[in-house]
Amino acid sequence: MAEESLWQIFIGASLINNFVLAYFLGICPFLGVSGKMETASKMGAAVTFVMLISSMCAYGIHQVLVAVNAPFLQLISYIVVIASTVQLVEMFVKKMSPALFRALGIFLPLITTNCAILAVALFQTNKGYGFLESLVYALGAGAGFTLALILIAGLREQLALVKIPSTVKGTTLTLIIAGILSLAFMGFAGLG
Amino acid sequence: MDKPANNENNFWQNLANSPSTNDFLKGLWKDNPVFVQVLGMCPVLAVTNTAANALAMGLATAFVLLMSNVLVAALKDFIPKQVRIASYILIIATFVTITDYAIQAISVSLHKSLGAFISLIVVNCLILSRAEAFASKNTVGRSILDALGMGLGFVVALLCLGGVRELLGSGSLFGWMLFPENFQSWIVMILPAGGFFTLALWLFLINIWQERKQKTINHG
Repeated sequence: MAEESLWQIFIGASLINNFVLAYFLGICPFLGVSGKMETASKMGAAVTFVMLISSMCAYGIHQVLVAVNAPFLQLISYIVVIASTVQLVEMFVKKMSPALFRALGIFLPLITTNCAILAVALFQTNKGYGFLESLVYALGAGAGFTLALILIAGLREQLALVKIPSTVKGTTLTLIIAGILSLAFMGFAGLG
Repeated sequence: MDKPANNENNFWQNLANSPSTNDFLKGLWKDNPVFVQVLGMCPVLAVTNTAANALAMGLATAFVLLMSNVLVAALKDFIPKQVRIASYILIIATFVTITDYAIQAISVSLHKSLGAFISLIVVNCLILSRAEAFASKNTVGRSILDALGMGLGFVVALLCLGGVRELLGSGSLFGWMLFPENFQSWIVMILPAGGFFTLALWLFLINIWQERKQKTINHG
């Protein structure tokens, strides 16, 4: 029973309520980094990793804040945790793999202002998930984000070869693709 | 009789050319945060399924933007360069928490329909980018004008999206039914996909308009 519900959380976060295409979270990197398949998948992996860590920290912080009865500190402490996690990941990646660090470039620090990560922390608190459920939820959200990013990157790589009117080039075209993808993802609603 | 009229003319001309007017106006049109800079997309798409939600979200964001711009500009000499981004985020988070509680006090139903997106104002790239790009380098006065212009531009853009989506998606505007009973609403417009399509449509129209303008300039 418990296993099934964890599976449901994962499917719900990654497909049915896809963070990018249904909740519009993390649109900035979605529009910015989705030009190339390679950067898109690396970005997805980095975001998923930060999501997992910050989700664990957010769970702990929530317990502490409930204990000391200071819910108004929630937002501030979450954002501080996320910012420091990103800093940590940045230092770690720089030390372990300078090549990957250069490839991700400016987008690594920008993960701090990726709304999807703060949203995972906030939603899991609102839904009252336990530790394991939070972890699965963060994993699902990250998988969904990566999936959407890779899908768009693939489409955009193909479209780069096509002749299109200058008025719809760039952001406009990406938004139209995203809209069609979002329609397609609505089909997953039946899975719940 | 001539002189005062002349003076008035000069006054308007000076006003139009002064840098402070430019600080204010650039956010409304030339550097519109949504349509030109494509910043702060998450709330733009997520909460604009009705015009009322869009207006509330826009005003909340504009308030946070104004307050954080003021504080960042006032404290810019005291914040060490290395930790400036973290300090800006802390300042922004403080004001977002205030806004969150204020909206909850004003209207519980509004708070419910905006949901977590009020808290997510913290990570609205628009606010952080104004703090970093403008308020940290300019005086408090200019930062206020900049925040007012950008905030107003953001509200206008949200209303543009929310208006279209509500009008087509449920046939009403601010909750007033505008179409007759037998109007078949376009459900897709209030769904997530409608947000993407509406924003794409606005960007498309602006692109056409700019291309036309470019052409007339080239021909003239």
